[in-house]
Amino acid sequence: MSLLEVRGLTKVYSGLTAVSAVDFSVQEGSITALIGPNGAGKTTCFNLIAGATRCTAGQVLFDGQDITGQTPEQACERGIARTFQIVRPLAGMSVLENVVVGALLREHSVATAERQAMAVLERIGLGAKAHASASALALPERKLLELAKALATRPRLLMLDEVMAGLRPTEADGIAQVLRDLNGEGLTILLIEHVMRVVMAVAQTIVVLHHGEKIAEGEPGQIAHNPKVIECYFGGGAAHLAVKAAR
Amino acid sequence: MLEMRSARMAVVLLAVLFAGPWLLDDFILSVLTLVFLFASVGLAWNLMMGYAGQLSLGHALHFGAGAYAMGLLVTKLGVSAWFGLPLSFVVGALFGALVGALGFRFAVRGVYFALLTIAFAELARILVEHWAFAGGNGGLFLPALTPDNQPLLSLRGGAGFFYHALLVTLAVIWLACALLVRGRIGYYWRAVREDEDAARAIGVPATRVKVLAAALSAGFTGVCGAWYTLIQGSLFPDSVLGMRMSIDLIVAPIVGGLGTLFGPILGAIVIQPLNELSKDFAQEFSISGLKLIVYGAVLLVIVLFAPHGIWPPLARWLRIGRRK
Repeated sequence: MSLLEVRGLTKVYSGLTAVSAVDFSVQEGSITALIGPNGAGKTTCFNLIAGATRCTAGQVLFDGQDITGQTPEQACERGIARTFQIVRPLAGMSVLENVVVGALLREHSVATAERQAMAVLERIGLGAKAHASASALALPERKLLELAKALATRPRLLMLDEVMAGLRPTEADGIAQVLRDLNGEGLTILLIEHVMRVVMAVAQTIVVLHHGEKIAEGEPGQIAHNPKVIECYFGGGAAHLAVKAAR
Repeated sequence: MLEMRSARMAVVLLAVLFAGPWLLDDFILSVLTLVFLFASVGLAWNLMMGYAGQLSLGHALHFGAGAYAMGLLVTKLGVSAWFGLPLSFVVGALFGALVGALGFRFAVRGVYFALLTIAFAELARILVEHWAFAGGNGGLFLPALTPDNQPLLSLRGGAGFFYHALLVTLAVIWLACALLVRGRIGYYWRAVREDEDAARAIGVPATRVKVLAAALSAGFTGVCGAWYTLIQGSLFPDSVLGMRMSIDLIVAPIVGGLGTLFGPILGAIVIQPLNELSKDFAQEFSISGLKLIVYGAVLLVIVLFAPHGIWPPLARWLRIGRRK
């Protein structure tokens, strides 16, 4: 059953079509990746699904219900949590307090929310930094904090916008493992990612966008050999090289 | 541990302050009364600016609304001033919610929101100046106190009475603020202050949260306005609704430290005596507007040496307050 379904999703910015009639769905319990070159419209898709921007046309269905045009907080309340590509820590608050804000969505007692937030931080390996100021974190830790804030809202669908970009391979593998564990517990994940090694390793389904249009959708193995995908990433001439590299 | 220590310190401090009228002369008491008043109103304004991050430069609207609610109740209806306290809270909060809802609903942010608050306050001042029922420009005067006046019934009395009344008001508003900012709403306010869009993405209903900050802040400010009426015994549109009042309200929390629970109190302790001194000076040497020059000088010093206000460095020096 699909937890998230987008139909004909379109966003036009004063004449520029950022996302054009995109359809795809995210199966409940899956890890789905949204990939594509820079400017393909991936983050715009995220913003449309999470309610941060209004779509020009199309529909977003979550758990069978039409949530098109909802505000970000309504989407979050329903169980969609997203991270931002350009990290947005609440800089004047401690790491723990950042995560507490997320936990307070479903838990009104501050003391309990603090305990839940601490558990989330421990889980993703940020426990030691709980009482540091969020503004004092280095970039990899800020990425983890984005993840922690989103997780604390206890989502059904976690949307991650390049949480692994800029991380060292071992750090990225650490997050990938956490994501697989969470997925194993039933959390559905939709991620935008450029680190192909990780995408191929964790995603069950891949959706490829190019110039705002969906050009492919399928399992990692199929996508790696899809000529359209190879052409948009490497240009026509390099197609045979890319196929080799993918192997 | 620290919490307990702070609580004990607060109780001791309150007890000492309560003995004031038996130890101090009336002039000192009246200055301290103003310190308590402006500390209270500074705490109220700070809820909105220091915690929710919304700059209001028109809080005179709420101060004046509370002041006029109390003034009209006492002069026109002859009802006990006790009813005026909750009434001034409600009237202030309604105006706060109105300005907040209009501004936030249409996503008026930052400095434009501040301009909107000024516009509303000025509009109110001009309307009241032409409102004959409320005395217009000529002001509103409370009936003179009778010799058998009971301060606890009329809420008016001598310097000692107002000193105690405002001390209690300050304690109540401080406690309310402390509970609010440590609760769920306090977290939501600070999240909105830091990054509204990021806060919304993790489920913070930003508009509702900001309107609530505006309403509560304005409500407490309204109560302070009501006390101001009772202390002064008279009120004029320009003195309670004017731009000057909007500035007077915000200097203490800025000097003391935004987003802290003690900053507004400390700021008022520094600013009010300076005000009194500059008033004396201004009269003696007939320099009008000296107060504003003093504000300017104090703010310059603060910006240079303690850009987050005096309280944060002082708290560090005293080693109190929680490490954040």
